[in-house]
Amino acid sequence: MRDYEKYIRYRTFPTPWCPGCGDGVILKSIAMAFADLKLDPDNIVVVAGIGCSGRMPTYFNTNTLHTTHGRALTFATGIKLAKPEKLVVVISGDGDATAIGGNHLIHAARRNIGIKMILINNGIYGMTGGQVSPLTPPKFFTETTPYGNIEPHFNIRKLLTGAEASFVARETVNRLMQLKQVIKKSFQHKGFSVVEVMSNCHVNLGRRNKMKSPLVMTKYIEDITMPMADFEKLTPEEQAPKYPLGIFVENTERMEYTDLYYNHIVPVAQQSGAKGEK
Amino acid sequence: MSQRKVLQGNIIIAKAALAAGCDFFAGYPITPSSEIAQYMSKEMPKMERTFIQMEDEIASLGACIGASLAGKKTLTATSGPGFSLMQEHIGLAVMAEVPVVIVNVMRGGPSTGMPTKPAQADMMQARWGTHGDHPIIALYPAFSEEIFSETVRAFNLAEKYWNPVILLLDEVLGKAHMDVEIPEPGSYDVYWEKTHEISDLNIYDRKLGENPPRIDFFHGYPIHIDSLEHDAHGWPSFDAKTVDKMQKLRMQKIYQNLDDIIKYKEYFLDDAEVLVFSFGISARSALAAVKTAREQGIKAGLFQALTVWPFPRAAMQERFKKTKKVLTVEMNMGQMKYEVERIAPDDVEKQTLLRANGMPFSPDEVLEAIKEFAK
Ligand SMILES: Cc1ncc(C[n+]2csc(CCOP(=O)(O)OP(=O)(O)O)c2C)c(N)n1
Ligand code: SF4
Repeated sequence: MRDYEKYIRYRTFPTPWCPGCGDGVILKSIAMAFADLKLDPDNIVVVAGIGCSGRMPTYFNTNTLHTTHGRALTFATGIKLAKPEKLVVVISGDGDATAIGGNHLIHAARRNIGIKMILINNGIYGMTGGQVSPLTPPKFFTETTPYGNIEPHFNIRKLLTGAEASFVARETVNRLMQLKQVIKKSFQHKGFSVVEVMSNCHVNLGRRNKMKSPLVMTKYIEDITMPMADFEKLTPEEQAPKYPLGIFVENTERMEYTDLYYNHIVPVAQQSGAKGEK
Repeated sequence: MSQRKVLQGNIIIAKAALAAGCDFFAGYPITPSSEIAQYMSKEMPKMERTFIQMEDEIASLGACIGASLAGKKTLTATSGPGFSLMQEHIGLAVMAEVPVVIVNVMRGGPSTGMPTKPAQADMMQARWGTHGDHPIIALYPAFSEEIFSETVRAFNLAEKYWNPVILLLDEVLGKAHMDVEIPEPGSYDVYWEKTHEISDLNIYDRKLGENPPRIDFFHGYPIHIDSLEHDAHGWPSFDAKTVDKMQKLRMQKIYQNLDDIIKYKEYFLDDAEVLVFSFGISARSALAAVKTAREQGIKAGLFQALTVWPFPRAAMQERFKKTKKVLTVEMNMGQMKYEVERIAPDDVEKQTLLRANGMPFSPDEVLEAIKEFAK
C-alpha cells in the first residue's frame, strides 16, 4: 500500500465517474497532499456540494460531508468556526462554486476563513448531462447552448483576486505532481485558499465539441494553459484564450478569520469574567 | 434564584437558548426576528461562544449544520422570507439527522408581505416546506414563561432526536415586552447527549423507534455524512430495501416517541361543549375569551397546542369523545383547520375564526365567535 492510500476509502468504490474523468486524478492528488503532510485522517474533513465533483468526499477515508448544490462553503464555515484547528477542505465544481454558490465563494474570500477549496473547472455541468456553466468557454456547444455559448465566462483568478482572496492558484489534471504540490501549499496556507483545477469532462463537454476522448481533451487543456511566466510575455490579444498556471496570490499578511474572531472575543470574555449574562 | 423581568419575546428566546447551552449562532437580519441575532452577537463573545452573521439564510443554516456536526449546539433565527430560503437545508438536517434549532418569528406574507405585522402563516411551511417525506418537530409557545421553556425544550428535542426543531413565534410575541419569570439554572432539564466514541461505521444503525446517538466529526473514526439517501454507514444507497428502512427509521424515531414530544395545555375542557383549538398569539386571546364565556355561562374550553408538529392528534381525539363542537382560531386563511378537520370525527361540528390581515384577534372577537357557535 502506498502512503497516500490510507486516505482513500476503497470500501465505497467504485466511483460514479466516467472512465478517464479528471476527477480521479484530483482525488489522487489531494490524497497525496494529505500523505505528504502526514495528516491524521480524523483531523481532516472534506466537504462538497453537488455534481460529479461533489461525489468526491465519499472516497476519502477522512471525515466527509456531502451537502447541497453550491453551499459546501457554508457548512465548511460552520465546521471551521467550531473547530479551527482542523483541516477543512471543500471540493466544488465550476457550476457549484461560481453559479449557485458564487455568493458564498466571494464571502469566504472576503472573510479569509481558513477553508481549502479545490475548484474543479471542467467548464460544464457534468452531472446533469452537459448544460452551460459560468465557466464554459465562448462559442462552445452544450445541451443549453445548442447554437454556441454567447455568455462571457468568469475569470476565477481575477474574481478571487478582486475579493481579496489570500491564496489563488491554478493547475491542470495533466500535471499530477505540480497539482499535488500546489494543493499541499494551499493546505499549509493559513487563510482561505482556492486551487482551480482545469479538468476534462470529455463525456459531456468534449463530446459536443469534437473532443470525445480523454486524451484529446487533456491535450486541449494542455494547449490552452501555460505557466504564468510565459503568459506574461504574451500580448493581451494572445492572452485572451489562454489560462495561466501557477500560484497567483499568496498573501500571509491577512489574518485568518477564526484567528481574528477568537482573538477579538478574548478581551470581551475576560472583561465579563468569561461568563456573560446568564 | 429565578428572576422576574420585563423582556421582549425575542430576548426571552435568546436567553433561553444560551441557558440551554447554545454555543453557535449563525443568522441573517430580518424583521421581526433581528433582536435574537443582536442579543447573541453581544452575549456570545462574553461566553466565548460563536456568533456569525452570514451572507444569507441559506448560508446561516448551512453554517449551523456544519457547526452542529462539529459538536456545537446551534441556533438560527429568521422570519417568512428567510424561512423559505432555509427549506433545502432543513431537508438536509432531516436526511443527515443533524440537531439544529430554527426560530421563525412569523410575519404577514406571502413574499415580502408585512414585515412588521404578525401572522401564523407558516404553519404548513413548517411542516411541509422542504421536499420529500420527512418528520419534523415544531413548537409554538404563547405565554412568556412558555417562550423560555419551549426554547429549552426545542434544544433538548433536537439533541435527543437528531432532527431539526422549528420554534415558531409571531411578530406580536417576538416584539412585545412581557413580564416573565426566568427560572434558575438547574430547575429545568438540559439535554446534552455525550458524543459517542465511534468504533465502527454503522452510525445510522439502530432499531425502529429508537432515537439515535449524537455523532460528530473528529471522534477518532472518520465518518461520512450525506444529503443523499444512504445506508447504515451513511454511504449513498438507492437500494429500495435500504431506502425503505432509512425512511422508517427517520419517521419512527419521532412517531414512536410522541408522548415525549407532544405538549399541549387544556383549559376548562372537562365539561366543555365548545372546544377552541388555537396556538401562539391567537391562543392568548382565546384563553381570555373562554374565561369570559364561562362567566357568561357558556361551556367553552381551550386546547392550546405547544407542539404543533407532530399534531396532538390523540389528545384532541380524546376530547372529541365528549365535546362535539370545535372552533379553530388562527391568523391565516386556514391551515391547521385542515388538520383538525382531518382528525375530528364526523359527528363533531367544525367552525373557524380566520384572518390574515396583520390584525391579531381580540378576546372579544373570539368570544363572539364562541357565542355564535354555541347557539
Ligand atoms: C438546488 C439544486 N439545483 C440544481 C441541482 C441539479 N444539479 C446537480 S449537479 C448540477 C451541476 C453540477 O455542475 P458542476 O458544479 O460544474 O459539477 P460537475 O458535475 O461538472 O462536476 C446541477 C445543476 C441540484 N442538485 N440542486
Ligand atoms: S460527466 Fe464529465 S465530469 Fe462527470 S464523471 Fe463523466 S467525465 Fe467526469
